[in-house]
Amino acid sequence: MTSPLQQKLKVTGPVVVTANRLGDGAVVYRSVDGTWTTELAAATVVTTTPAASDLLTAALADKLRAVDAYVAPVELIPEQGVRPGNLREWIRCNGPTVAFPSQR
Amino acid sequence: MPLVKAGRIIEDRFVRVLDDAPMPEGVPVMLPAARLLADARELVLRQAPTGVIWPNDRRIAELVPYLDWIALVALVFPTFRDGRAYSQARLLRERHEFRGELRATGQVLRDQLLFLHRAGFDAFEVTKEKDATAFAEALQRYSIFYQPTGDGRTSALRARLSRGSSSTVPERREFVR
Amino acid sequence: MYLYDDFDRTLVEERVREFRDQVARRLSGELTEEEFKPLRLMNGVYLQLHAYMLRIAIPYGTLSSAQLRTLAHVARRYDRNYGHFTTRQNIQFNWIKLEELPDAMADLAGAGMHGMQTSGNCVRNITTDQWAGVAPGEIEDPRLWAELLRQHLTLHPEFSFLPRKFKIALTASAHDRAAVRVHDIGLRMHRNGAGETGFEVIVGGGLGRTPFIGKTIKPFLPKRDLLSYVEAILRTYNQYGRRDNIYKARIKILVHELGAEKFAREVEEEWQSIRDGALALDPAVVAEIAARFRYPDYEILEDNPPALKKARTDDKRFRIWLDNSVANHKLPGHAIVTLSLKREGEPPGDATAQQMDAIADLADRYSFGEIRVGHEQNLALPHVAQRDLPALWVALDEIGVATPNVNLISDIIACPGLDYCSLANARSIPVAEEITRRFKDLDLAHNLGRLHINISGCINACGHHHIGHIGILGVEKNGEEYYQVTVGGRADEGAELGKILGPAVPYAEIADVVEDIAAAYLELRERPEELFVDTVRRLGVEPFKDRVYAAR
Repeated sequence: MTSPLQQKLKVTGPVVVTANRLGDGAVVYRSVDGTWTTELAAATVVTTTPAASDLLTAALADKLRAVDAYVAPVELIPEQGVRPGNLREWIRCNGPTVAFPSQR
Repeated sequence: MPLVKAGRIIEDRFVRVLDDAPMPEGVPVMLPAARLLADARELVLRQAPTGVIWPNDRRIAELVPYLDWIALVALVFPTFRDGRAYSQARLLRERHEFRGELRATGQVLRDQLLFLHRAGFDAFEVTKEKDATAFAEALQRYSIFYQPTGDGRTSALRARLSRGSSSTVPERREFVR
Repeated sequence: MYLYDDFDRTLVEERVREFRDQVARRLSGELTEEEFKPLRLMNGVYLQLHAYMLRIAIPYGTLSSAQLRTLAHVARRYDRNYGHFTTRQNIQFNWIKLEELPDAMADLAGAGMHGMQTSGNCVRNITTDQWAGVAPGEIEDPRLWAELLRQHLTLHPEFSFLPRKFKIALTASAHDRAAVRVHDIGLRMHRNGAGETGFEVIVGGGLGRTPFIGKTIKPFLPKRDLLSYVEAILRTYNQYGRRDNIYKARIKILVHELGAEKFAREVEEEWQSIRDGALALDPAVVAEIAARFRYPDYEILEDNPPALKKARTDDKRFRIWLDNSVANHKLPGHAIVTLSLKREGEPPGDATAQQMDAIADLADRYSFGEIRVGHEQNLALPHVAQRDLPALWVALDEIGVATPNVNLISDIIACPGLDYCSLANARSIPVAEEITRRFKDLDLAHNLGRLHINISGCINACGHHHIGHIGILGVEKNGEEYYQVTVGGRADEGAELGKILGPAVPYAEIADVVEDIAAAYLELRERPEELFVDTVRRLGVEPFKDRVYAAR
């Protein structure tokens, strides 16, 4: 998938702002209260370009805790909540789709 | 932007005179390349030192005819990741034996200071105040250098040979005429 | 292998200290990410999808058992108990924390290992073939020259901010296992008419968005001139390589835009000024480095000892492995053993910490403590006595690195792909795993013969798909994973880029397509000995395309 960092911002559905935590590289999501969380369920979901832009601007200004923030699509599924919106985000959220090499 | 030379932060006595601005009398000046080349015949007669800001995408060969009277060459790092001026610096110092001030300008950061020094720069318009005061520390990060440059530091290859070895191999410079 | 002296060790320690300071300044905010990123890249630290990734250099693919144990330690202590061997003879760890990196690097430095210049716009790990020093018919050991270059180009003050990355490979065998023709500089050792050994210098090869086979700009370069000539190439590239567009910044573009002849003249002009200066290699300097290359104290042995003959006859599984994974050594009575890291259903090129420790022990016991890493993402034990092969095989089989699929269709070369890499368009590991399942029948795999599949998850081509016999490139179509297939690529001295087979196919079909290509080959080949890649050369792409796309 084309790196989201290279895409122009145009919001047509629910999105979150995501990044990697500076200290350990873990995937994190932005909350509107200014914190980062590793739980997608706790991320702030927005649906308009201005809201996404504001969230992203705040995230990018937070240079000490998270790196390479960008806007990522999510799906809102009734009774399941927020899910990653494409394969790349699914992998970031849940880890590689393949097992680690097995011990023998 | 502090200027560091000989390990200390100093006042910059050179005045940048750009494009068509009037030339101050009796004062060291730094000129853009085009102006130097256009006005060289008058400039060589100036009583005060003349320097040039040489862009990193212009061949040093064009500057060579003026090196015997130019007091300063300022080379440019538009970003610190654009390393063209390292080659320009080495050519000036080592091939053309330029002895005037060789100044690094543009984005000049602590973590490149040792590379710059090894390439022949002796003056640094350091982008950050804090990096200027850490200049000495930056230069002491490494004691081992694999490759020779014109900076006089012994390369590891040579140091090994002079360490109780049977043959002595004469030190040579990289650039010969 | 090369033994570090105190100069080498001190340099690595000083580098660790510098990086520790840089990490601290990043974590405190004194350095911005923009300022820090090139610095961490120059230490091999990437930021990937899930975590930081650390790429550690294994210079010209040679490892000591102590170093392999250190890698196992890093995998256990700082990562998730495994590592991935890459197409450039490096190893990658996928789950490293930035905060712990200085400590991990200090541990690595203790074994003479580091991540210096495994990323960034500088000269990368210099690679050679994994049989260097032991291959029959090799002119001489190219690793000495790789080491001389490695030192010269490590923390080189003039060439640490090149327009783009720079990759150098060497070979000293007629059969090029190092793919020198698809590197920025390829160096082929050979003898001239007067019997002297020197280098053919090839520049501007490379894969990625605009693949090129390199051009020879110097048919014969004397050894004495190696450093000065490479310096002249780099100085030319540093000054004139494009800086305006990262997709056009490799030296291959400069060579293409200037033309090989003009480029060669620029280099020659620069070189004339420096060829007799400090970079001219005195024999004393070369001898000094060569003295720290240790070679095994081999026993004098005969070929085909009784223990081997007996095991060959008695044990069919052993015989299959022997015929597949064991190659001739330049010395009688010895062998080069390849350890396949391509188990069925497992990520290609990965080894667990346990496996690394076990292989280190086996290397001590059977290979004078030395291991090799190949760009096909397998390991090798280069100094094995033939009489030890039966016992070694039992041990290798026990730890899962004796799958007899070396060079076969299931010996797949693959990048990490979208499961790990932030640049990827599509996944590559599960594609590789599925292909190994489809071809787990060894009789089928052996029947198909030598067949290299290379998989890249994006156009950056870290899986070297352009030079695969079958190349698979992950692309994105409407948010879905699709795969573009090429056939007929080669990495060796006959280097060639593969040709596109047909339209890209979705993830669900890619393994089927590979099966169809294999079936087409069996149908089309003139005789069993005709390799897949030669059938493609003889018949072209069309007959394969017709069969594969008939039902699609």
